[in-house]
Amino acid sequence: MRNLRENAMLSRVADSLYWMSRYLERAEHTARLIDVDLQLRLDQSPEAGSSRWVRLLQATQVPVPADGAIDAATLTHILTLDRSNGSSIVSCVAAARENLRQVREQCSSEMWEQLNRLYLQINSTAPGEAWLLHSHVFFRAVQEGAHLFQGITDSTMSHGEGWHYIQLGRYVERIDALSGLIGAHFAHLPHPGDQAVESEEYLEWVGLLKSCAAFEAYCKTYTAELHPLRVAEYLLLNAGFPHSVRFSADMVHSALGVIAELTERKAEQPVRLAGRLGATLSFSQIDEIMAGGAKAYVDSIRRQCAQVHIAIHQVYFDYSIESAMVA
Amino acid sequence: MLRRVAVTAPHEPLLRPPFRNYQFDAAYDEMFQTPGVPRPHYQNLFQTLLELPPEQLRKSQQAADLSFLHQGITFTVYGSEEGTERVFPNDLLPRIIPADEWRKIEKGLTQRITALNMFLEDIYHSGRILSDGIVPRALVYSCRHYRREMRGLKVPRGVYVGVCGTDLVRLPDGSFAVLEDNLRVPSGVSYMLANRKVLKRVFPTLFRDYGVWPVDHYAQALLGTLRALTPLNGSGRSGPTVVLLTPGVFNSAYFEHTFLAQQMGIELVEGRDLLVHDNVVYMRTTAGLRRVDVIYRRVDDDFLDPLCFRRDSSLGVPGLFNAYRAGNVTLTNAIGTGVADDKAMYAYVPAIIRYYLGEDPILANVQTYLLTNDSQRNYVLEHLDELVVKAVGESGGYGMLIGPHSTRDEREEFRRRIQAEPRNYIAQPTLNLSRGPCFLEGEVQARHVDLRPYILYGENVTLVAGGLTRVALRRGSLVVNSSQGGGSKDTWVLRA
Repeated sequence: MRNLRENAMLSRVADSLYWMSRYLERAEHTARLIDVDLQLRLDQSPEAGSSRWVRLLQATQVPVPADGAIDAATLTHILTLDRSNGSSIVSCVAAARENLRQVREQCSSEMWEQLNRLYLQINSTAPGEAWLLHSHVFFRAVQEGAHLFQGITDSTMSHGEGWHYIQLGRYVERIDALSGLIGAHFAHLPHPGDQAVESEEYLEWVGLLKSCAAFEAYCKTYTAELHPLRVAEYLLLNAGFPHSVRFSADMVHSALGVIAELTERKAEQPVRLAGRLGATLSFSQIDEIMAGGAKAYVDSIRRQCAQVHIAIHQVYFDYSIESAMVA
Repeated sequence: MLRRVAVTAPHEPLLRPPFRNYQFDAAYDEMFQTPGVPRPHYQNLFQTLLELPPEQLRKSQQAADLSFLHQGITFTVYGSEEGTERVFPNDLLPRIIPADEWRKIEKGLTQRITALNMFLEDIYHSGRILSDGIVPRALVYSCRHYRREMRGLKVPRGVYVGVCGTDLVRLPDGSFAVLEDNLRVPSGVSYMLANRKVLKRVFPTLFRDYGVWPVDHYAQALLGTLRALTPLNGSGRSGPTVVLLTPGVFNSAYFEHTFLAQQMGIELVEGRDLLVHDNVVYMRTTAGLRRVDVIYRRVDDDFLDPLCFRRDSSLGVPGLFNAYRAGNVTLTNAIGTGVADDKAMYAYVPAIIRYYLGEDPILANVQTYLLTNDSQRNYVLEHLDELVVKAVGESGGYGMLIGPHSTRDEREEFRRRIQAEPRNYIAQPTLNLSRGPCFLEGEVQARHVDLRPYILYGENVTLVAGGLTRVALRRGSLVVNSSQGGGSKDTWVLRA
């Protein structure tokens, strides 16, 4: 008899681990976005800041207020501590914790304790004037809390099937978030050339890189001279940087490869779709992408990523009885 | 009954801390033979407590509380919105049971579970005991937990109750009596294991010197029991696939479910993880469907299968009952066992034991008034302030009236309910449960305790030597249920 524990994992458990990871990645991403934005704001005119806010909301898929009245305090609140907004930081961390709570016996106790601690810390944060003034500390805490959780996960959890669903959730979410952000950015700044950018515009590109945790890494590769084309190339196509779209797609592909191996479902849809996404990114040239329109390109990446997500659900989490009986 | 009896001429050792405020009354005292003179098997603990600085015990208590909190060993209290997750309080002083007393308990419980299983098999098949007039037919058929769907259904090895947690109390004369048979989904065994882990750390030398039977193999014994109950038409594999079915994260015993699943190395499943196809139960895994043979279910009968029982249940698995009837899966405990732990049926258990085994019950019952009987009901209605009234189908200390501690309004409410539905209630005398030493407020005080040993019935009947001793932590309280301010302590059964 084969040992069941080694080769079978409940679909519900896999689903919870996947979503736990997605929610946590989303919280971390949002925290970084707002943190960077609030810092940039200090150096910019109010108009420049407002137009970035619109992009920020689009990237995080929060409806832009119809009257266009955008006030930093309100919007920061909506994206961080507002429980009625399902993609606010507090909602995301709570959802991540709830998902992990339901599969507690599957993760290490250190993981549970870290996520629980992060949740309790965020949950006890009271909004207000004073908080906003020092919100930098809060955003750091969210990012560090998420990083710590990832480190604990990597060093205390067995790198079996469950761990790969956690990887999968993180990188699927990252592809979606990065391509959303890049898309919104290029749609609003439609003249990327191969010239170095200047002054006011310069800050926007720094902002984009920092929002992807990529500013330092970019400078090491291309120096501090910012060319929109190189920025786009770096964020979309770099193979070695963990917050690039291509890197994330490769991680998704390899996690799915391992899962397919472990579950003996090698030939199925998710791996194929993830492989195609990875190939698209590894064989694309940045000037071709720009010629066809950056926005259109990232939209197609996003669509493909959504297909991978749906395929994961259909094959591993929520398959029909008929399909399972045939197999 | 609970008035404190003044201790005449207190013995010298009693006055010494930490026993200065230890109270005696008419109840049997687990530790002391007479005030100040410990029973032989408590001598060693008594001596240790006299010598140990209270400060050290207090620190151990804090460390234990913290460890329970961090591990999340909590239970959920129903009916209140906030702070519903609570740590089950643990008391540091062990309850000690000498070998000869345990032998009697073990024999008595083995006898009882054997007879109750024969009773269940009988009433769901030919019903001899009913034809012979030992148990009234009406009592069986009017029981809310009687399942006519179970008529004629063969269960593996004829075992209906594979896992049982019987509540015992010690009466003032020192004998043990059965208070309740929990034959449906008894809980609390994880606390037995957690308490032991803590106590071994707090009293390592004392534990070793006492020679205590271990309890750590409970999970293994439970798995063995579940495996022995392989279904008649199972998948035929040598190792059947066993799973634990939980109602989910909001259930009061969810911690215990995760704990037992982890200890046994089996999957913890919810209803939505299972599905039935062609009367075979499968679990939905990432590698496709896996056949399930044995389900240790911690979900009540009513919620198991929306097609058969409660339609609004989202905890169950549609079609599960048909798979069960077809003999393709085992449910442990079986469906419909609640008819045998109905509190009115309880009064007939001694007769049931005599009927099937031809033996006298080894463990006595507590006197019970049946309210369908006119003269007994009249007596009870006149003495509501002295008696305990319980709803027959409830557990966990919900739906009961403790006469001596009740208000006039509560008694009137129960009078109305009894007159409206006499079959639904029973009454018992207010029991003076035995008392044992507890470490409270920095000293040793006496509190009422009961005992819940866990009985497993697979290939044969096994008891892990130990159990959950529950404590009524509130001074003077007689209610030991976790939902009503109770706590628990480790139980040491001595080898010799």
